[in-house]
Amino acid sequence: MESFFHSVKLNKELCVGCTNCVKRCPTGAIRVRDGKAFITKELCIDCGECISICPHHAKSAVVDSRDSARRFRYTIALPAPSLYAQFNNLRDQLPVLRGLYGLGFDEVYEVAKGAEMVSSLTDQYLREGKLTLPAISCACPVVVRLIRTRFPNLINHILPILPPVEVAARLAKRDFCAKMGCTPEEVGTVFLSPCPAKSTACRDPLGFDKSAVDLVVSIKDVYPTLLAAMKRPDLPEYGELCGKMGLGWGISGGEAASLTHENYLAADGIENIIRVLEDLEDEHITGVDFVELNACPGGCVGGILTVENPFMARAKMQRMQKNLAVTGYQPRGVEERLLLFDHPIQFCEVLSLDQDLATAMELLNRIDEVESRLFGMDCGACGAPSCRAMATDIVMGRASEDMCIYKLREGLAQQTDKEEVLV
Amino acid sequence: MSELTFRFVVPGDDYSRAGEASSTVKNRLKRLGIDPAAIRRVSIALYEGEINMVIHGGGGEVIVSVTPQRVDMVLEDHGKGIPDIALAMQEGYSTASDQARSLGFGAGMGLPNMKKYTDEIEVSSVVGQGTTVRMAVLL
Repeated sequence: MESFFHSVKLNKELCVGCTNCVKRCPTGAIRVRDGKAFITKELCIDCGECISICPHHAKSAVVDSRDSARRFRYTIALPAPSLYAQFNNLRDQLPVLRGLYGLGFDEVYEVAKGAEMVSSLTDQYLREGKLTLPAISCACPVVVRLIRTRFPNLINHILPILPPVEVAARLAKRDFCAKMGCTPEEVGTVFLSPCPAKSTACRDPLGFDKSAVDLVVSIKDVYPTLLAAMKRPDLPEYGELCGKMGLGWGISGGEAASLTHENYLAADGIENIIRVLEDLEDEHITGVDFVELNACPGGCVGGILTVENPFMARAKMQRMQKNLAVTGYQPRGVEERLLLFDHPIQFCEVLSLDQDLATAMELLNRIDEVESRLFGMDCGACGAPSCRAMATDIVMGRASEDMCIYKLREGLAQQTDKEEVLV
Repeated sequence: MSELTFRFVVPGDDYSRAGEASSTVKNRLKRLGIDPAAIRRVSIALYEGEINMVIHGGGGEVIVSVTPQRVDMVLEDHGKGIPDIALAMQEGYSTASDQARSLGFGAGMGLPNMKKYTDEIEVSSVVGQGTTVRMAVLL
């Protein structure tokens, strides 16, 4: 439970110790120390902002390579809806699905179908009054990680239904094993993912013990070979396509729109979703029953492991949706517990300065005091994102005041004055 | 360290800045590891108070003191004052302007909510001079 695995890695050789990522990180998790950018793992929420901002490409996502699928006898591709929006001139997703067979996958199971099942169960739970309102979608792993470390009062609002990729992986494996008469161990499920957060969510799931997703490969890694495979003339046929509702999950607002329930709110972009969570926690936002939040701008099509411009991808997705039917996949014949969290997500106290309230108050007071001595420039040159963060680091013994260049300059000026007096 | 104090100036008539004090206090309290339910109550009550200061009080000052036993909030404005405090404490009673109502405020839940979310509340007011609200959430 207290694990803090992350899918962001630093290439120390490429890191020049600039503070782009430090300033961009929405949770203040990064510090430059000894010229390199380090992440405090308890605070990281896997949003990927540091990866996308780094001008030196020193940060990258931890995902699996396609080759690692070789250890399985059979492989099943689980394409995220956002994958379809990476290609030009598609009427629907059929060429992509057939192309995946061309890449050597034995089966292809659309995550969008899992998404429609999640929508169906969410609708049912809303009707039956089984959810703490407003229910907050757990499809974006960044949202779940934000809530579990920063919004204790919202933790029981997290929708207790598994994210679509997990539902798809479970059902794909089950169906394939039944069809082929093989064991689950022989089958590898490979999620084609738009973001590193989903990679983290599969390796270190919150709310359930083990993910049915075996490998997470990035959309950008699979894109060139898939594009080539889609042009092959000998591709097998594909069965029924998922309809427009499931595909909509790839863009912001799509999940909420796929509910029959109309009283919802959808927001995207990391700063925006934090603001919505703050406002939900303080009850400034009231009267909505369902909240869809996506950390990436525009939704999953804005994920950092995609190739197409997010807004173009959104336009392409909406074009495809117009050509598709409404399928409304439902989890028929599936045991309900297969679609649900195994246990509630626990709040992780990472912000508190000390377990003892009096000590924490003393520390907070000293932080205020130190901050008042700093210059409020928030320049980041010390390696912390703001003077407030620096003051905290100083009080907690992780930094010293002489790391502030304005302090240093002040010290030098005083010294010069003294010397002049002596002369 | 037995007490921590935070002070804020709430500007009058600037709706976009109402909530700055409550959100800063909330984030400070989170760093103290205080019970999340208590933090939520402080934050909601304080926000309602700030909104009142913007709508009715023409701005003012907020002082929040924290001890290991309690969070005290004092909200002081120099606005028009409340002629009938008992009436103002009733749910649904509002004297908010049309402008405030058009922004979604003025439902008459400000003071009632402040009472609901806190353990102690005391409102004193002099018409024409201003209003002081003292609230406490016990830890």
